[in-house]
Amino acid sequence: MAQPILEMRSITKRFPGVLALSDVNLAVARGEIHAICGENGAGKSTLMKVLSGVHPHGTYEGEIVYEGQPVEFTNIRQSEAAGIVIIHQELALIPDLSIAENIFLGNETATRGVINWDEANSRAIELMARVGLRENPLTAVKNLGIGKQQLVEIAKALSKEVKLLILDEPTAALNDEDSNHLLDLLKGLQGKGITSIMISHKLNEIARISDSITILRDGKTIETLDVTAGGVDEDRIIRGMVGRSLEHRFPDHTPQIGDVLLEVRDWSVMHPMDHNRVVIDRASLSVRRGEIVGIAGLMGAGRTELARSVFGRSYGSKHHGTITLGGKELRLKSVHDAIKAGIAYVSEDRKGLGLNLLDDVKTSISSAGLDRLRKGLTVDEREEVLVAERYRRSFGIKAPTVTTGVRQLSGGNQQKVVLGKWLYTEPQLLILDEPTRGIDVGAKFEIYGIIQTLAREGKGVLVISSELPELLGLCDRIYTLAEGVITHEFKRGDATQESLMRYMTADAR
Amino acid sequence: MSSLTTILRGNIRQYGMIIALAAIVILFQFTTDGVLLKPLNVSNLVVQNAHILILAIGMVIVIVARHIDLSVGSVAAFVGAVGAILMTKHDVPWFLAVILCLALGALIGAWHGFWVAYVGIPAFIVTLASMLLFRGLTLVVLEGATVGSLPQGFKDIGNGFLPEIGPDTDLHNLTLLLGVLVVALLVFFDFRKRAASKRYNFEVLPFGLFVLKQVVLGAVILEFSYLLADARGLPIVGLILFALIGIYTFIMSRTVFGRHVYAIGGNVDAATMSGVNTKRVDFLVMTNMGLLAGLAGLVTTARLTAANPKAGVNFELDAIAASFIGGAAVTGGVGTVIGAIIGGLVMGVLNNGMSLNSIGIDWQQAIKGLVLLAAVAFDVWNKKRTAGTGGAGETEPTPPPPDELVEEMAHLEAEPPGVR
Repeated sequence: MAQPILEMRSITKRFPGVLALSDVNLAVARGEIHAICGENGAGKSTLMKVLSGVHPHGTYEGEIVYEGQPVEFTNIRQSEAAGIVIIHQELALIPDLSIAENIFLGNETATRGVINWDEANSRAIELMARVGLRENPLTAVKNLGIGKQQLVEIAKALSKEVKLLILDEPTAALNDEDSNHLLDLLKGLQGKGITSIMISHKLNEIARISDSITILRDGKTIETLDVTAGGVDEDRIIRGMVGRSLEHRFPDHTPQIGDVLLEVRDWSVMHPMDHNRVVIDRASLSVRRGEIVGIAGLMGAGRTELARSVFGRSYGSKHHGTITLGGKELRLKSVHDAIKAGIAYVSEDRKGLGLNLLDDVKTSISSAGLDRLRKGLTVDEREEVLVAERYRRSFGIKAPTVTTGVRQLSGGNQQKVVLGKWLYTEPQLLILDEPTRGIDVGAKFEIYGIIQTLAREGKGVLVISSELPELLGLCDRIYTLAEGVITHEFKRGDATQESLMRYMTADAR
Repeated sequence: MSSLTTILRGNIRQYGMIIALAAIVILFQFTTDGVLLKPLNVSNLVVQNAHILILAIGMVIVIVARHIDLSVGSVAAFVGAVGAILMTKHDVPWFLAVILCLALGALIGAWHGFWVAYVGIPAFIVTLASMLLFRGLTLVVLEGATVGSLPQGFKDIGNGFLPEIGPDTDLHNLTLLLGVLVVALLVFFDFRKRAASKRYNFEVLPFGLFVLKQVVLGAVILEFSYLLADARGLPIVGLILFALIGIYTFIMSRTVFGRHVYAIGGNVDAATMSGVNTKRVDFLVMTNMGLLAGLAGLVTTARLTAANPKAGVNFELDAIAASFIGGAAVTGGVGTVIGAIIGGLVMGVLNNGMSLNSIGIDWQQAIKGLVLLAAVAFDVWNKKRTAGTGGAGETEPTPPPPDELVEEMAHLEAEPPGVR
């Protein structure tokens, strides 16, 4: 291996209740394209945040050696000054500013605070030429396609004298042509001595472009593959990504599956802003009473979008297709309609969409089912306390009383509050989006138990999860979703982590 | 003792404002040689501040719903002007004019609600536009002149008092009676609430402190009604105000609609995903503000016995300041009607006390500005201090509920769904 430009040694990063990175090692050789692979939550982004100083020195354990020197970045400015630039999946461009203004944002060519626009624009043209972007530097970024915006980001990185370029899912939102252009550009930059680290779920691209691949799983380094030596294909990468021991334990459960409850047919959804961008493409799926059905898909596959569009069209535009619940076709126009029809959706974004953090436990639990507590003009507060107390006890919510603020609870207990909130609406169908994200193992086990109880009560449960062992352990059937298309349907026992991953990364369109 | 500190900490803003109000009252009572709490001055305090307190009730609801209404002063002036014109130029009976004017206020509020809720324009912009629009329309309606000679029945809304009943006691009997009734009701409800909270094992004030609170609160209300009774009795506008405080406190704390207002203020996305019709709630909140602005306009016109093109200037700022001094959060989701009333009283007593001390209007403004800043700064400081003390109950196991509650739960008709 050539002399490494970067070595990260024994990096360990803890968040409250979660060990995000555990003794991770990464060595990147000068001038190579190094890919980092792993499932959602494997720790890829956290590792890059440690490197770039978003998680400052002192909040993690371990050592970073860059260009032969130990470095201790405490913010992004310091890492950028050293030539490490990270381009996030969500582009950090300001839509109404011009290309040139965006390229030099925070790094303006100014004398005593006054910007020299002539110089800025001519340097912008130079940088744009290096990334193959032929546009007027005065064009507003919002008028560019997403592929060209990505190029602006790279030009911006080049303006900072980048030596090590980190790209987080650079091609996730791009079409084939733009992706190819971007990958060619990375190859070209490599020729000019720029080292790249690329995080990607698109394994075919990784196999094609990278020189070496480091695989992370559950916050640990699994292995580093040398692609130039040959013999590394998509199957080999998948094996590294999913070869997880089944450390998850599941409560005993005998499924009692009844007749069809939910039937979604040819369901298509467009992006809420861009009415021509297909997010969900003719998806069909079904859930039976008493059945736990999983949806496996990588980030950006459209899992949440699918669930929310079914849940009273709370996502997307131009919905097409039919939804039948209990044999009756539903025409849901709002979340309220969906709740009334007997659908509940537990969001992956607990703090953003699930809870009002100003509330206490009882008002959180009653917040979606207030109609059931209506007594004349008022909310029946006595009944409210009793109901909340029931869930607190039954789910083992660790809160001293139901008047405890939900902000004070741990993630697992907050999730139980959210589950109680949705169960109180008496749903027939529960959609659980990442029900155990950011929750410790003990609470996970309890939540699996609650989910299985619901199935035994005859409800239909649709579980979306990034953790394949969770889906394999919990679900009676699993659909795989890739790029908004349902690519396969597995029965319990037929699916393995490898086979799921193959269909999750399939080229669906 | 630890429970007392947690209770105090949780409500420090409310208690802090009550203490601040008491301190201001005592301060001015001294500096004015007792004039502040002379019966006639107390009566004036109510009459002179009622319109701001009425607006503060609506405003705190708007602020809890994470909006703002800058137009209330202009709307009040416009509605008052229309009322005056109806009564003088068109000979509309005064009670009919009042009803029409309230409807007009609600209609203007609905106009705001339409733009805010259904078109999605920030309330700041919509109501800034209305602030200009209705100030202009007031001038148009009044043709730039003051319109007076209003019917006596109408003027009584702003200046009248409750009728005298019963034997001649030198005091206003009905006012005293109402005072006693209010105290009895408050004590009754507070006792009931305490009993329920105890049964549910919730944190309650220690009994001694609870009794002290009842005694102090009762004494304050009785003294207040005595002072009013010693003057001219309860002003009609005072009766309107107290009724509104009761009604809106009930709406905000006990009804589904009130819950929805707090829900959208706390996290509008979570509220949407819980099935709350957020647009409708926004619409109704703005409509209600218009209705109360109309009422405030009528009250002001009645008190001044004339509609005047300059009426209502800066009302919005006083109402907004009252809400924030009383504990509302700029980010929405936090605030109470009672808090806004206390905030409004702080401002009102400051005005009155400073005037009695012959402090000019110039310094009054400056001092009120600093009080507003200090109140909110205190809140921010207090939040930062208490932040990060989360994790309560994290290590403790789920404690069992008290026996009475277990028994009650056993009688609960149906198990809530999903309970094992």
